[in-house]
Amino acid sequence: MEIIKKIEQEQLRIDIPQFKAGDTVKVHQRIIEGGKERIQAFQGVVLRVHRGTTNATFTVRKVSDGVGVERIYPLHSPFIERVELISEGRVRRSRIYYLRNLKGKAARIKTKNQWD
Amino acid sequence: MMADTLGIMGRKLGMTRIFGDDGTAIPCTVIAAGPCPVLQVKDAATTKDKYTALQIGFEEIDEKKVNKPEKGHQAKAGRDYYRFLKELRMDSVEGHELGQDLTVEMFAPGEKVKVTGTSKGKGFQGVMKRWNFRGAPASHGHEKIHRSPGSVGMCAWPSKVFKGKKMAGQMGNRKVTCLNVEILDVRPEDNLLILKGQVPGPKNGLVLVRKQNRG
Repeated sequence: MEIIKKIEQEQLRIDIPQFKAGDTVKVHQRIIEGGKERIQAFQGVVLRVHRGTTNATFTVRKVSDGVGVERIYPLHSPFIERVELISEGRVRRSRIYYLRNLKGKAARIKTKNQWD
Repeated sequence: MMADTLGIMGRKLGMTRIFGDDGTAIPCTVIAAGPCPVLQVKDAATTKDKYTALQIGFEEIDEKKVNKPEKGHQAKAGRDYYRFLKELRMDSVEGHELGQDLTVEMFAPGEKVKVTGTSKGKGFQGVMKRWNFRGAPASHGHEKIHRSPGSVGMCAWPSKVFKGKKMAGQMGNRKVTCLNVEILDVRPEDNLLILKGQVPGPKNGLVLVRKQNRG
């Protein structure tokens, strides 16, 4: 088991900031199209962080032209260029799926106070 | 007799995933393989044996655990004592000598290998799990036969059930060989092989990794 952990440790990204559900993040993802590489940014609210070693993922949701879009990213994928933490949200649960049923003003998340 | 190819014994440590160059997560199996010393060289031409083979050992054990005849046999190689011995029939044993170590360095990343192991035992299983039969419908008058095999033969002719008919019975716990298993990484410093996908057997199961092509 130790050896498998060691192999997984080598793959982990330590440059990705800590964030949790309710935070707003901007994910810069490398995309290869037609032999060319470009970087696509996706900004939204983190719905959940699935913890783990190499299998860790996180779900980001944003509302684009009135349509809700969710993307699940592998946290340690080499195709994630970087993750920017835009703001920390104050939410009470670790999986804020209730956000999917809310729209407009109700779908806002309070930002975390500095003294929290 | 088909000759085996050069190989090495190891233990399956478990599975994990590694990220490929194109960003995909590749499932992989980690195997701690070797080093396997050559304990006996059998050559049809020069030794008194009637066939050509290499006998390799794996996993050192304490001298106390080896019985006397076994000890005498293994001592000829001038190495320690080993728990598992395996004979690999070869076309030629040229370049291999008694007491020499076989290590994972014989493999290279990207190479395809054969992996033999004992599959996980599933016990006595019905035909649906063992042979993927469809079973019978859940309703429309079907009673007590939902997972049954149905008819096993024909009529007055041949008035028997053909041999090899797929029926319920012991599933798993038998020797299974996987072909074309790709090697993703070789780490000689830890005696590790990282193989793409899965190999037969449970964690800590004994496996034999062999080269795909002879020679």
